[in-house]
Amino acid sequence: MASASLLKSSPVLDKSEWVKGQTLRQPSFSVVRCHPATATSALTIRAGSYADELVKTAKIVASPGRGILAMDESNATCGKRLASIGLENTEANRQAYRTLLVTAPGLGQYISGAILFEETLYQSTTEGKKIVDILVEQKIVPGIKVDKGLVPLAGSNNESWCQGLDGLASRTAAYYQQGARFAKWRTVVSIPNGPSALAVKEAAWGLARYAAISQDNGLVPIVEPEILLDGEHGIDRTFEVALKVWSEVFFYLAENNVLFEGILLKPSMVTPGAECKDRATPQQVADYTLKLLHRRIPPSVPGIMFLSGGQSEVEATLNLNAMNQSPNPWHVSFSYARALQNTCLKTWGGRPENVKAAQETLLLRANANSLAQLGKYTGEGESEEAKKGMFVKGYVY
Amino acid sequence: MSAFKSKYQDELIANAAYIGTPGKGILAADESTGTIGKRLSSINVENNEDNRRALRELLFCTPGALQYLSGVILFEETLYQKTASGKPFVEVLKEGGVLPGIKVDKGTVELPGTNGETTTQGLDGLAQRCQKYYEAGARFAKWRAVLNIGLTEPSQLAINENANGLARYAIICQENGLVPIVEPEILVDGPHNIEKCADVTERVLAAVYKALNDHHVLLEGTLLKPNMVTPGSEAPKVAPEVIAEYTIRALQRTVPPAVPAIVFLSGGQSEEEATLNLNAMNKLKGKKPWSLSFSFGRALQQSTLKTWAGKPENVKKAQAAFLARAKANSEATLGIYKGDAKLSEGASESLHVKDYKY
Repeated sequence: MASASLLKSSPVLDKSEWVKGQTLRQPSFSVVRCHPATATSALTIRAGSYADELVKTAKIVASPGRGILAMDESNATCGKRLASIGLENTEANRQAYRTLLVTAPGLGQYISGAILFEETLYQSTTEGKKIVDILVEQKIVPGIKVDKGLVPLAGSNNESWCQGLDGLASRTAAYYQQGARFAKWRTVVSIPNGPSALAVKEAAWGLARYAAISQDNGLVPIVEPEILLDGEHGIDRTFEVALKVWSEVFFYLAENNVLFEGILLKPSMVTPGAECKDRATPQQVADYTLKLLHRRIPPSVPGIMFLSGGQSEVEATLNLNAMNQSPNPWHVSFSYARALQNTCLKTWGGRPENVKAAQETLLLRANANSLAQLGKYTGEGESEEAKKGMFVKGYVY
Repeated sequence: MSAFKSKYQDELIANAAYIGTPGKGILAADESTGTIGKRLSSINVENNEDNRRALRELLFCTPGALQYLSGVILFEETLYQKTASGKPFVEVLKEGGVLPGIKVDKGTVELPGTNGETTTQGLDGLAQRCQKYYEAGARFAKWRAVLNIGLTEPSQLAINENANGLARYAIICQENGLVPIVEPEILVDGPHNIEKCADVTERVLAAVYKALNDHHVLLEGTLLKPNMVTPGSEAPKVAPEVIAEYTIRALQRTVPPAVPAIVFLSGGQSEEEATLNLNAMNKLKGKKPWSLSFSFGRALQQSTLKTWAGKPENVKKAQAAFLARAKANSEATLGIYKGDAKLSEGASESLHVKDYKY
């Protein structure tokens, strides 16, 4: 372990001038990295003082039979959801809907983490109870979306990049104070548009920087490079692109000294494009996706929480189940938004008298996906609504 | 782009998996003529073709040894040699269920502008040479890249250059039917502690796998031959369990599960040390989706060599020494080695040579 005086004299580590009020933290986790190009005393510390907590949190979120409820829709996106059931996009309605979700009794049996939008992280129920506190009582780890959305990537082929690094350190520190213990950042890659090497590099590098900053401030970063479903391409092409994207992501994560034992991944499954004539069975999706994971994901990553990206509720569950038919070196689970909430939202319809029924449908889906995580889902008793595809062409999140 | 599809794809995957069979490992017997000369001179034996042949025959024909081996790496000369009674070595190995392998690199050269760092040569004409070796019976290849730890080493240049060389070598091998053993050796020389070694090893392996992926190498058809993560040669020693912990963690952070087996180099550790460390790794609980085995040169041959001393009347005793080490390492791959291999003279002797030139 490096001595304190050695750390003190390092120019790289003397942050006191530019990080007001923060003292140099001593690492509790014993991996130190040496930067080859600078002098002997330059040491970078992996994950700083939160290392042990990050590892613990990641393990809890990646616990058997459980996955993540993604409920971090931005106000604009939440507005679309509410509009689909004839509701106005007001804070009260958003509050009512999120309260419905987090108070579903026994949700914590199937859900280990919930991703929140900033508004919700600071929100309380109409009775004045903090949403974050309700989640913790339910044994659900609160998480927070920290990216600031996708914007056009100049010089690319009409592709996007994800913003949000500015001020991220102070934001993540504040979110930690508020009770968040993991973060999420969603960037996208589009196959019909290339993807260009520039877009892939930017997506991967942005994720790596976000991950390093999050860990530095106590939040487990969920690393999400979504390869969009849009397109006519076949499953082989998706596989090809995914291999490239994940190779870049992991290389940059390593370069940014991210602690792999303290991250979670949120990939898209390997499927044909939404407009491809050839469909794939859950077995094929599982085979391709597992092959991708085996070729790209180091075993130190504790959990892989798939996004649903427009698949129907049942499809998303079936595919997850197919991937859990034999043991994997990482926890393979879900981080679903639409694929958990769709039927629930429709059942609620904005009416207080429907809350209980809506919560039951949420628990039904959560239970189904919990079984899928254990490889035990049988598909009995699924409704027609649950089987409806939710792909929206050119979907803007 | 995804992994390119070699016509040898299924064979590569099967052979790589076979080499990682629990209970088996690799004998690295690919010392170049110059290097084997050093070994022979240490026992006062002349460095001629017949003596080199005799040593290798001693090893390959040790009764009962081949069951503990899944592969033997050969130097080019040996690939075409025969036993005294005229049986090709390649056939001896094949009959014993052992895959013949071949060293294909052409040694290291210095990188100008660095502090003595090196890159490995051998890419020119490699495809043709691989084809030739495949025809002669080889089924895997080996290429050794070398890095060292120092104040400013390894430099980014050395890492990039060696990773790229390994990736080019690997894809060419796969194109021609040979499973590439990817060997990025980080030398043990130096006063650094185990944390430093871990840091460098993780950084190097991340770069190596990035390069392999960029070059479309089929990971299921490769093997990794890394150094164990240990303190430097001039730093205090640590227990095998500590070495196991740091080594496994470094591998967990860098090696995708698609790689079927990791075959450690011994790099100057004594025979017994290398076996105890390998054993500790296989006893350690944790995520280890690849087999963990050995690809030992000095750590399998040292006592054998000393016992033989070039004399025909010592062959049986020398073979017994070799058998003991082969069995010990086989047990180590299963985590059941009890440290009770009959220690011949030299088994505990450190085999570290400072600034070792292979």
